[in-house]
Amino acid sequence: MKTSPLCKQWLYVLFAIMIAQSVFATEIVKVSRQSSYQLMTAENQAMQDDLNLNPALFWLMDGHSIWKEKTGNKNVSCASCHGDSGKKMSGAATQFPKILRGKLQTLEGQINQCRVSQQDAPALTYESKELLALTTFVANQSKGMPITIQETPLNTKDLQQGKQFFNERMGQLNLSCAQCHQDRASLKLGGSLIPQGHSTAYPIYRIEWQTMGSLQRRLRNCMSGVRAKQFEYGSTEMAQLELYLMWRASGMPLETPGVRP
Amino acid sequence: MSKASRTGITAPTNAKKDSIIEIRAIAQHDMETGFRYTEDGKRIPRDIIRLFSCRYNNEEVFRADFYSGIGANPLIIFTTVAIASGTIECRWIGDNGYEAVNQVNITVS
Repeated sequence: MKTSPLCKQWLYVLFAIMIAQSVFATEIVKVSRQSSYQLMTAENQAMQDDLNLNPALFWLMDGHSIWKEKTGNKNVSCASCHGDSGKKMSGAATQFPKILRGKLQTLEGQINQCRVSQQDAPALTYESKELLALTTFVANQSKGMPITIQETPLNTKDLQQGKQFFNERMGQLNLSCAQCHQDRASLKLGGSLIPQGHSTAYPIYRIEWQTMGSLQRRLRNCMSGVRAKQFEYGSTEMAQLELYLMWRASGMPLETPGVRP
Repeated sequence: MSKASRTGITAPTNAKKDSIIEIRAIAQHDMETGFRYTEDGKRIPRDIIRLFSCRYNNEEVFRADFYSGIGANPLIIFTTVAIASGTIECRWIGDNGYEAVNQVNITVS
């Protein structure tokens, strides 16, 4: 049977739609993605936007002092290599987690890696004030820049593993991340809206915590919420889940330091 | 809590005489309530800011007592009337000898 050219074009369009649907069946379509910033009250949004109100400013300032402080057996500071202002770090946070020397490294992991190998200083404890301050300072240099995580032959294995963690049911409540933050995003859990779970603003000042916290702290929060065994801080599993979340948020602007309720 | 904590004051640098000006003062402080326990059951001692006061050209214009119920890194926003050029000085005093002072200048025309 002969098909007219117009008919053929329609067939192509139909095919394209079918392929697109199979790809996005479980993913949130890129145009409708939303940072949980948009779910916050005007007061909390103002707190994030105005650095005079944002308590994360203190961590930024602390981070900048640690950045310039000489330490370790080699007596060098971050600034000795990367410059005083930290501006050279612009864009760095948009690329993490990243494969470096064959290992998946988070931003925190990379800061510690640099401390151990370049400064010959002990690694900072995960979730310590110092590490949070440095991470906030470095990530803030990329504020407003889009997250650039792409799937590459190097990271594909970790990305797929992260995706599996995201979709895998866990804990006594037997829930996966996806069941709330994908399938039920923008519905309500208790009194609050369920966010889509894009990791665009970390480290965040969380009002509930009364302090800064990393993405891994937030993830552990959810894991204990569903009564699952939490992934360890700085573990490979965490890095893989982080990688998947950042890939999922790819293209969205980084907001660090964010404020969340 | 380190005694050399960071503080910040936001106030207009220029103001018209007799106009109402807004002052925001924030201090970096954990505000440990004294009601919390460590994982092994030991009580974490209270460590909070007790008193906040603001002096405008050495005259007190605002004062507040802080208690355990006030969150970490407290931010206080209040208003006063721009009387004359000079300094606005804020002071935070708390447990364990905590004291922080910060000041900004204001020009009133």
